[in-house]
Amino acid sequence: MRKEPTKKEYNEYVEQITPVHSCFMNCVKAFFIGGIICTIGQLIFQFGKEFVGLNEEDAAGYVTLILVLSSVVLTAFNLYYPIVKFGGAGALVPITGFANSVASPAIEYQKEGQVFGIGVKIFTIAGPVILYGVFTSFLTGLIYFLWSIFRH
Amino acid sequence: MKQGKQSILFEKTPYIRSCASIVGKKEGEGPLAQFFDKIIDDPTFGEETWELAESRFQLEALSLALKKGKIKKEDLRYLFAGDLQGQITGTTFAMKDIGIPIFGLYGACSTMGESLSLAAMTVAAGYADEVGALTSSHLGSAEKNFRFPLEYGNQRPLSSTWTVTGSGAFIVSSSQGSVKIKGITTGVIKDYGVKDSMNMGAAMAPAAADVIYQNLQDMDWQPEEYDQIVTGDLGSVGREILIKLLKDNSYDISKIHMDCGMRIFDDETQDTHAGGSGCACSAVTLAGYCMDKLMKKEWHRILFVPTGALLSTMSFNEGQSVPGIAHAVILERQ
Repeated sequence: MRKEPTKKEYNEYVEQITPVHSCFMNCVKAFFIGGIICTIGQLIFQFGKEFVGLNEEDAAGYVTLILVLSSVVLTAFNLYYPIVKFGGAGALVPITGFANSVASPAIEYQKEGQVFGIGVKIFTIAGPVILYGVFTSFLTGLIYFLWSIFRH
Repeated sequence: MKQGKQSILFEKTPYIRSCASIVGKKEGEGPLAQFFDKIIDDPTFGEETWELAESRFQLEALSLALKKGKIKKEDLRYLFAGDLQGQITGTTFAMKDIGIPIFGLYGACSTMGESLSLAAMTVAAGYADEVGALTSSHLGSAEKNFRFPLEYGNQRPLSSTWTVTGSGAFIVSSSQGSVKIKGITTGVIKDYGVKDSMNMGAAMAPAAADVIYQNLQDMDWQPEEYDQIVTGDLGSVGREILIKLLKDNSYDISKIHMDCGMRIFDDETQDTHAGGSGCACSAVTLAGYCMDKLMKKEWHRILFVPTGALLSTMSFNEGQSVPGIAHAVILERQ
């Protein structure tokens, strides 16, 4: 073409005309969906403690167990996708989002075999969360350790 | 005959003998449903995997095009075909038992333009009388190849597009047909440095604008020579950019432009965001909707410009931009 924009001009123009989701509405929806998921967790916790007679630690364990299981079942029926589509980070950040990110590759890559399909690819999405989660815990632990030395 | 810098006007024009379009369920619920030959509700098309399903779509489209053109597969001298899967295995497994000499192509979503161009050149040069040109894409295999597992929850950006499931096939002939391939303009790779793989319209629009500009220059025509300029899968964002880039070069195509991606789905009811995409998007829209308009003589001459984003997950992860390509084919009703 005779007249072409520079890369910088073009990318600025693209950014200007590309529509984006409303950040404010996304926050409201995330607050709402995230809140519902956490409330369900709290209900399971209270129910376990008061009606089943579990101690706090066991009740918390059941919260994780039931939320993860529900998310995996919803993922299997492709019902977790619409929840995230609406709720965004509100559905991704709780443990249910993590379960979805592990269950979905397991379903998709099952056709490639138990080892090279599911085995290799199950943590394709969750892998970075696990790696940097462990790494961040290590760093936090180190800071805590140094802090406790200094105090004495 | 060579024309200008990048174009050919065929002296002995090849014809489109027949064509076929087969699509999936979502496409069959879209605004163009009535124009498609077959709508397949089962996304796996009775196969084990998304990939084999896509191959099945391609083979069925070719069989149907042969049937509509009333010729046998033995009469085909060559096939030009491609798809989006890694190493174009979609085409391989579709055509492995058919026994026709084949050229496998990769032009991303511009493959229909690439295969039609090469088929037309082969026929016009006299190396064959009947040649098949086809391509396919499948939502399942494309998402797996380029993005996330289908069940993974995420929020698609508003500029993203939805891969069309289906296949379009054309039989290009030296003698039979009512629509001729008058000429072609082969595109160059254009890279304006767009790095967002979820905004493919912006990545591909420069390539489309460039090839349309070059076509008009080479032919020494104004855009009005065409009843319609049909781009592949620019979507709403890409369309806006295309119109502007060409306006900056003093061509106004806003009144005669349509984008297959924007026509094949209805974003309001089908939640597809910027439009449809994939090799099949332009292929089935041309074979279904555009050929129908040409046959009914509502359009006399069109410029078909499918567009492709030339990225892989590796080039993207390594921080490269998304270069675009587009090929133009001039179709004219007899």
